[in-house]
Amino acid sequence: MAGQTPKIELRGVKKRFGPKVVLDGIDLTIEAGSSLVIIGGSGTGKSVTIKCILGILTADEGKIFVDGVDVTRAHGRTRDEMLRKFGMLFQGAALFDSLPVWENVAFGLIQGRGMGRRQARDIAMEKLAKVGLGADVGLLSPAELSGGMQKRVGLARAIAADPDIIFFDEPTTGLDPIMADVINDLIVSTVKDLGVTTLSITHDMASARKISSRIAMLYQGKIIWDGPTSQIDQSGNPYVDQFIHGRATGPIKMEVRR
Amino acid sequence: MNVFAPIGRVFLAFLAETGRLSLFTVSAVSHCVRAPIYWRMLGQQMMRIGYFSLPVVGLTAFFTGGALALQIYVGSNRFGVESVVPNIVVLGITRELGPVIAGLMVAGRVAAAIAAELGTMRVTEQIDALTTLSTNPMKYLVVPRLVAAVVTLPLLVLVADAIGVFGGYVVSTESLGFISQTYIKNTVDFVTNGDVSSGVIKAAVFGFVIALMGCYNGFHSKGGAQGVGAATTNAVVSSSILILAANYFLTSILFGR
Repeated sequence: MAGQTPKIELRGVKKRFGPKVVLDGIDLTIEAGSSLVIIGGSGTGKSVTIKCILGILTADEGKIFVDGVDVTRAHGRTRDEMLRKFGMLFQGAALFDSLPVWENVAFGLIQGRGMGRRQARDIAMEKLAKVGLGADVGLLSPAELSGGMQKRVGLARAIAADPDIIFFDEPTTGLDPIMADVINDLIVSTVKDLGVTTLSITHDMASARKISSRIAMLYQGKIIWDGPTSQIDQSGNPYVDQFIHGRATGPIKMEVRR
Repeated sequence: MNVFAPIGRVFLAFLAETGRLSLFTVSAVSHCVRAPIYWRMLGQQMMRIGYFSLPVVGLTAFFTGGALALQIYVGSNRFGVESVVPNIVVLGITRELGPVIAGLMVAGRVAAAIAAELGTMRVTEQIDALTTLSTNPMKYLVVPRLVAAVVTLPLLVLVADAIGVFGGYVVSTESLGFISQTYIKNTVDFVTNGDVSSGVIKAAVFGFVIALMGCYNGFHSKGGAQGVGAATTNAVVSSSILILAANYFLTSILFGR
């Protein structure tokens, strides 16, 4: 909506690792309530973008705003408050293998927000039910779960603290097509229920089409196309066309080194 | 090609690594004195680092004490002063061998375990996940390990001292012909508070070194299984070297003239 403060805004964000320029001046605006997916090949800086927004990595140049607040180099209380707005589903789920499933889901509530274990456990079980997992799963260790179940637990953990913004890092990578679709459906229904803003990164086009309202493509450190999901097939951009159709020939040259 | 370039590169890399380690140390220590303290994690780490190291430290201390008694007996026998065996055993164990043997054994056991655990957490993004769950990884992962090692190593060394001296006693009375009461009296009369406390001070420093190197190498591991393996090796090697170096400097500070 015009005039509203964007939920997340990146202005000229640059990040390099040694001589390798990963982000070369990214400009991106994510409106509240929208679902943006960033697509791009492996090693194009999709994960780095997310990590810069979360402050896990610090951008070399540029500004990052969350709800209008500059969080580029936020620390202390500002960073804590900023992080409370986020939930994240990691590519490999990133569950803590030393803790049972329910404690993984309740982790942010217990350790991050000081909630009592009993209350946090009830919330964890409720969130597990929301992603289609029974209370019995809550007592298992993450190592006992399949990849799809780990992703569900990761999703339950991401929504446990009722965040405003959820990041999905390659939500369907490593899953069979059916389980990938189950996760996509879960993401869509969860996002709809909670009314959150989402930013996902993926190179799975089926997933991107299903979970997004907008798609941006990242190539060689820049956003080369950004538009509604419904228009991606008519982008007129040869890079986007090659990527979404998965063609080996075209203007995109695959980099061998990361 | 400039022959000095590789030397320069190695030197610069060493300086960069030293700088990173220094910043990590300052950050870790500063987080130790700031809330929140994760008491549950601290208790867990004290069990892992201290209690579960007792068997390995106790066994090595026992055999070291026994071997020390044998060697001192051989040496003192040449001068006809075998009676110094209990005195030198207790001095050697409390001042040097107790803390160093315990430090090295715990370095092998604990620094490796810490580096492997945190390294795996790093490469599987579990450390990043902690950040997104409003939990500071320094406070949650590093501080409990650091504090637990600094607190439990001195306790382990006290146990190692007692068992090491007992090892010397067993060998001396069973195979070297010493009289039990005389051996015990000589040991108790000779040892001072300073001998024991110097070992305890060394142990606290060694505990800090072990946990720091384990955490630092684990935290900065990358590249999958190979990276975690390298981090584990580096943690054990660097903590062992630093323990021996710190032992020399602490000895010269505590007993230097």
